Amino acid sequence: MTAPDPEAPEAPTAARSRAKDRSPWNWLLFIPIVVPLIPAFFNGDSPRLFGFPRFYWLQLAWILLGVTTTTVVYQMTKKKRGGGR
Amino acid sequence: MWRDHLTEIIVFSALFLLVSAMGFVAARWRAPKDMAHLDEWGLGGRNFGGWITWFLVGGDLYTAYTFVAVPALMFGAGAAGFFAVPYTIVIYPMVFLVLCRLWSVSHRHGFVTPADFVRRRFDSPVLALLIAITGIVATMPYIALQLVGIEAVLKTMGVTGESALARHLPIIIAFAILAAYTYQSGLRAPALIAFVKDSLIYIVILVAVLYLPYKLGGWGSIFDAADAKFAASANPNDGVLLNANNQLQYVTLAFGSALALFLYPHSITGVLASRNRDVIKRNMSALPAYSLLLGLIALLGFMAIAAGVKPLPGAKEGSVDSNTVVPVLFDQQFPDWFAGVAYAAIGIGALVPAAIMSIAAANLFTRNIYKEYLKRDASPAQEANVSKITSLVVKVGAVACIVFLDPQFSIDLQLIGGVIILQTLPAVALGLYTRWFHRGALIAGWAAGMGLGMWMLYQIPNAATGRKHFGGSAFPLADFGFDTKKTIYVGIVAVLVNLAVAALVTLALRAGKVPDGVDGTEPDDYFVDESDPRVTPGPERDADSAREPVA
Repeated sequence: MTAPDPEAPEAPTAARSRAKDRSPWNWLLFIPIVVPLIPAFFNGDSPRLFGFPRFYWLQLAWILLGVTTTTVVYQMTKKKRGGGR
Repeated sequence: MWRDHLTEIIVFSALFLLVSAMGFVAARWRAPKDMAHLDEWGLGGRNFGGWITWFLVGGDLYTAYTFVAVPALMFGAGAAGFFAVPYTIVIYPMVFLVLCRLWSVSHRHGFVTPADFVRRRFDSPVLALLIAITGIVATMPYIALQLVGIEAVLKTMGVTGESALARHLPIIIAFAILAAYTYQSGLRAPALIAFVKDSLIYIVILVAVLYLPYKLGGWGSIFDAADAKFAASANPNDGVLLNANNQLQYVTLAFGSALALFLYPHSITGVLASRNRDVIKRNMSALPAYSLLLGLIALLGFMAIAAGVKPLPGAKEGSVDSNTVVPVLFDQQFPDWFAGVAYAAIGIGALVPAAIMSIAAANLFTRNIYKEYLKRDASPAQEANVSKITSLVVKVGAVACIVFLDPQFSIDLQLIGGVIILQTLPAVALGLYTRWFHRGALIAGWAAGMGLGMWMLYQIPNAATGRKHFGGSAFPLADFGFDTKKTIYVGIVAVLVNLAVAALVTLALRAGKVPDGVDGTEPDDYFVDESDPRVTPGPERDADSAREPVA
């Protein structure tokens, strides 16, 4: 945005780093934000799993959903950067 | 009576002394050449890698109070207490990208606190001061609550006394030791201790979730026991499932708490201490391991029901201290030595967040009040010194809160703390993405959100404790004139009003052509990473910041 940076040696890094943050993969992050906040999915007793009502095992299972999503987004957005270095 | 718990007390004390020694040694761990700099004392050199950050931030966010209070809530109210699980799931994808931007801009400009960022971004010392004060006020009761966690353990071990002083002496000693090593080692102390704390907690909880259900007849009968207890109680809003009226509260509380968590100064301190953006992103995938732990800990509340635990009496005649539910459960079910280990895990678990919180509050004072208003030309060494002394003052204040005031007061304040820290969202979190909001409008929005939030909290009674005000965070929508029994989390309503006011006032101020200051950051600042030459670690940054306005 401001003046002399394009000529400076670090400019390419900066330009690439901007691209780093933008990725369609980032939209995936909405899934583990929205899904755990819908009570209709988890607010019930059956089916039970190891004695846990659905309310408890399903909400614990969403931890996996969150971990998987952030890991996928991290790995997919990291590759681009790997090429840049 | 404490003699019955001698083994527990010995194990607890031994582990406590071990981590205290580690706290003092931590000053030499990854030691810098010059400790007299806020980046070193207050942010551990800004150089923590993935594992240290994981232990540090995990130990910071999942506090001893959480480990005691969440199962206590499950014990008392059932499903509603499980909000802590979705809360700590949605937070990480939500801040995955936001924290990276904050990390980049902070490392580019040498920011130590969120208020530092707001000061530069919006060119408004007043807004920065409000953010700093909000952060300090929200953090103080949180520190005091860590003491409540330790106290619950001490009480169960029978370490109590007749006079107020005798009762509180162990806590005063514990905090004096904590204050001393935090003073000496800064953020390195909790970072090192967090390894021990978290390892202990993981061991205790793994044993608890495997061994206790076996003793109590399996998970199915644990849930059935809880169901039977709630079915028999008069309260319509408890139960092992949510009902139609508290679902909205459950979801908005989880979402609102998630929005608030990374606005707390101590969370940001942990994040800024990491080495690069990759460390943060990897941690967003790894930290949910603690959420699983928290979910299992929450279920200890139901195990306590199945085991027929009776919480110890509270400070007032006829009341019970529900925070003792988990310690009493351990005392009944575990052999003495292992109960001692479990207590140590909770006790040490209080020290890590208390240390980080006091460091964060001290940094806010130093950077945004002392340097801004009292001594503009403070050197880095002076800054570090002021921060160290402030951290002592903060801890004395926290201990005084517990010794001289009803602990319930700290619990109320912490409830308020979550709502007020959320009011910094437009300036800090949205500010990382847009400078559309006018600085005056952000101040107006903050004031509106704070006012409304406090009013709503004041209106909420608590039937269980017989209190008329500040009885919880579930606001009945009927009070807004809606014809419903549903309740909603106060913080969400307050922050929405905050945003609406900020947007409207922005339009008005823009129309009136009111000056809006100069943005001291550039778009690229939000993406720089460790390898970028403009991100200068530690002491060299001073040369770079010469081009930035000094005052």
